Amino acid sequence: MNAQRPMVSAQDVHKRFGHVEVLKGISMEVAKGEVMCLIGPSGSGKSTFLRCINHLEQVHAGRIEVDGELIGYHERGGRLHEMHEHDVCRQRTQIGMVFQRFNLFAHQTVLQNIVEAPMTVKRETRAEATERAQALLNRVGLANKSDAYPSQLSGGQQQRVAIARALAMQPKLMLFDEPTSALDPELVDEVLSVMRGLAEDGMTMIVVTHEMSFARDVGDRVAFMDGGVVVECGPPSEVLARPQQERTRSFLSRLIDAPRAT
Amino acid sequence: MNQVVPLRRPGLWLGSAIVIVTMAWLALTVWRNPNIVHSVIPEYQFAPAILQGLRTTVVLAVLSALIGLLLGIVLAVMRLSESRVLRLGSGLYTWLLRGTPLLVQIIVWGNLALLFEYIGPFKTNSLLTPFVASVVALALNEAAYMAEVVRAGILAVDRGQYEAATALGMPRLLALRRIILPQAMRVIIPPAGNQFISLLKATSLVSVIAGGDLLTAAQNISSANLHTIELMLVATFWYLALTSISSLGQFYVERRLARSVAGSHGKH
Repeated sequence: MNAQRPMVSAQDVHKRFGHVEVLKGISMEVAKGEVMCLIGPSGSGKSTFLRCINHLEQVHAGRIEVDGELIGYHERGGRLHEMHEHDVCRQRTQIGMVFQRFNLFAHQTVLQNIVEAPMTVKRETRAEATERAQALLNRVGLANKSDAYPSQLSGGQQQRVAIARALAMQPKLMLFDEPTSALDPELVDEVLSVMRGLAEDGMTMIVVTHEMSFARDVGDRVAFMDGGVVVECGPPSEVLARPQQERTRSFLSRLIDAPRAT
Repeated sequence: MNQVVPLRRPGLWLGSAIVIVTMAWLALTVWRNPNIVHSVIPEYQFAPAILQGLRTTVVLAVLSALIGLLLGIVLAVMRLSESRVLRLGSGLYTWLLRGTPLLVQIIVWGNLALLFEYIGPFKTNSLLTPFVASVVALALNEAAYMAEVVRAGILAVDRGQYEAATALGMPRLLALRRIILPQAMRVIIPPAGNQFISLLKATSLVSVIAGGDLLTAAQNISSANLHTIELMLVATFWYLALTSISSLGQFYVERRLARSVAGSHGKH
């Protein structure tokens, strides 16, 4: 469908925790500028798959490429050699990640949180990093909070700072791990609207979410995962509105019947 | 408006009276004891030899605490490492140095020349002077305790902090230095303060290898003039002064930390 190289290409990815196989052969391609939403019951492996993409978790078999570059391994003579930490870190600088529980650095102000990695990892000057940080804070609507500590912010504000912090590294790809699941319901929209803006600007995004309206409105494609496999994948108008698989149907119907899980 | 009449608690009064009488009696027995020559105490309280010993005690404690902290961080990181060998090495170190009396360790370091006459090209006795041997013994022992304190501090930091740093491309040691340790300090500092106060008192043990500390100085004088108790009172006064200052410092540091903790868990 697209002659361009995909941003993310996963082939037959397997992952075990001890003897439990949580990913049983995930294959997926995400094009540049595409928003892919991963949905599915808890324990289906969607967060684990997301964490494999920036090598927070090691895959046991299969391969993940981001922008044509194999993640976490060097390929030599038909074998995969584990990468040196330095190289993994370089790859991670190109992949932003936003966590369910925000994980802002508690001992630093909002501004310090955002300039930390650009300065210590990418060796940018303070002036350079601060300028971009201010622009990003503007973008997420928190320009006046740069001197606040995370504990002084609401959950929604913290998550918007976390998004700004990830964007400060100027990544090619953004991973969102249930970014609104830890938020009070009235704070969900402010985070989703920042993400919507990001998608409109052409950022490639993979979003693990329970927000079906977000998946429907912003997602270019939706992948339904269950039991460590992708059951069904396609545009939201198909997967969410006319699911082909029984498992997808029963998951979606439970979601409509039950109040939204937080 | 009705007036509140507090409950009478005679037991509390009786207990307080007993405590006051006992303390007064204890103070008097020391003060009125005919076997104590009271004039000796002020004579030596600020004597140059005593003050020199006091200085050595402070330097010993501060130096050992600093080296102990640094080595403790290394040991704690080893203990949390992925390598089984490093974990085991750190565990064995703590096991050995926490499991044997400090006095024994001081005697061994002070008499190392009996074991090795030379360390490399140097004569052991010229390298390990009583002062150096004292620092080595105290610092290595302190490190074993600090390793546990630092480990607890690192484990108290939410794992998500490390993951966020990692996801931003920070290497392990950078994340440890910039993100984990600064937050671990909140948990580390209170027990480290207690640790420092015990260390201040533990410096007195180096008198067995003539470490030149406060107690050594007091004993040197008392072995000449035989006023043992008087000179112990001189030393006691200084030890109490040092530990009081440290406690005060700990109090202020903890109060500052408590404020930042209150700030960081205030609301969500």
